[in-house]
Amino acid sequence: MNGAATPKIAVRGVEKSFGAKRVLDGVDIDCAAGESLVIIGGSGTGKSVLVKCILGLLRPEAGSIRIDGMETVGLGGAARAALMHKFGMLFQGGALFDSLRVWENVAFGLIQGRGMERGKARTIAIEKLAAVGLGPEVGMLRPAQLSGGMQKRVALARAIAAEPEIIFFDEPTTGLDPIMADVINRLIVKCVRELGATAISITHDMTSAKKIADRIAMLHQGRIVWHGPTADIDHSGNPFVDQFVHGRADGPIQMEVRAA
Amino acid sequence: MITFLASVGAIFLAFLAATGRLFLFAARAILAGLTPPYYPRLVLREIVNIGYFSLPVVGLTALFTGMVLALQSYSGFSRFNAESAIATVVVLSMTRELGPVIAGLMVAGRVGAAMAAEIGTMRVTDQIDALATLSTDPLRYLVLPRLVAGLLTLPALVLVADVIGVFGGYLVSTYKLGFEPVAYLTHTRQFLETMDVVDGLIKAAVFGFIVALMGCYHGYNSRGGAEGVGQSTTYAVVSASILILVFDYLLTAALFD
Repeated sequence: MNGAATPKIAVRGVEKSFGAKRVLDGVDIDCAAGESLVIIGGSGTGKSVLVKCILGLLRPEAGSIRIDGMETVGLGGAARAALMHKFGMLFQGGALFDSLRVWENVAFGLIQGRGMERGKARTIAIEKLAAVGLGPEVGMLRPAQLSGGMQKRVALARAIAAEPEIIFFDEPTTGLDPIMADVINRLIVKCVRELGATAISITHDMTSAKKIADRIAMLHQGRIVWHGPTADIDHSGNPFVDQFVHGRADGPIQMEVRAA
Repeated sequence: MITFLASVGAIFLAFLAATGRLFLFAARAILAGLTPPYYPRLVLREIVNIGYFSLPVVGLTALFTGMVLALQSYSGFSRFNAESAIATVVVLSMTRELGPVIAGLMVAGRVGAAMAAEIGTMRVTDQIDALATLSTDPLRYLVLPRLVAGLLTLPALVLVADVIGVFGGYLVSTYKLGFEPVAYLTHTRQFLETMDVVDGLIKAAVFGFIVALMGCYHGYNSRGGAEGVGQSTTYAVVSASILILVFDYLLTAALFD
């Protein structure tokens, strides 16, 4: 296989169930190096599960996930640890460590994951906080002292602190007002471009998806039902995408009113 | 009849599966400690949490246990003129049995619950997944320091509880029951052997490990939101308390036979 043609991330036939509920039912998707892919879909369609499978936090029952051409399903030990160095992740709720100060949160991966000396890691953490528009004084606060928007920025600073090759964004604008959501979207675009990273984001916020994506894929009932360039999203010709993009209750997507 | 047997079988299989999961969880955490990185600062923090902050509740419980033991022994032994055995009964009961069990149960209520709540909250807010994405093994970072701290700290706590419990018995015996202080202390030392204390400390180490393991295990496997965390906290305390009593019997049979 030609190295230039190898996708950064290649997902093939991934299946994952929780009890009787099949969440992922043969997902196929590629993401090229340096590309920003956004996966859209309704709540409970398995977007977070797919990202957790790629990250190795969940193990799929079937299928293949290749990073830089290397099979990662079932990878453990030192190989998994080395692979994790390539990743950064912004969690939906921030997932900041309550017991640590903000700068320690940002520097955590550098100190604990890579064994960097605390002083040096602190300098980098302050730089990363500045990159997301937060002053050094914020570094001394605890996460509980920050607003939701500031927590997202800190989580973004933590995700980019170790300059990962691949960054995942899980619902980056959920719970934010439109202005703060736009600030976060711009920061994501800026940070990803500056790092030259590959980005996979999951969201149901179409404004956010259009701003940060090079390409959009739609996940429905455990499968990718459409994917294409961001410019095509408004005239995809796919009834699932059309209904989702325009937020219509009527259409092929029937919302589950009860948990399965 | 077949339905009944199937139900019993299902319960038994579920028990075996749960035991297996617990065993694997503990084994994975312990194996993680065989290679660096190590987190001595986290172990020290947990030692302070378990040991120092549990001292008031364990000390107070031990004091009253020793006092009650002296009173109860007196009311029983005085019926056949064996009052002189009270000091021995108090010291042997405290060191071999009540010190470790009471400290274990108190720490299970105070520390085991806190561990389950803290780790459970980290689970439901994705902080444990965040650790993994930051190239940090959650078992090595969150669980192992607590297991080590539980193993090391409870024996020290029990040693203090032993002394305070014996002191409680001494106070009641000398001030309320009219024993001669020197004679009481002489009787306390007369039949006490080093192994009585050591075996009690071995029990304490096992109980400390159990409390930390159950707190970490139930917290780590929390599901849902606040309700799930509350549930895992309850499970941590109840299962640790039951296991302490079960292992108390097993260790007593093994150590004191």
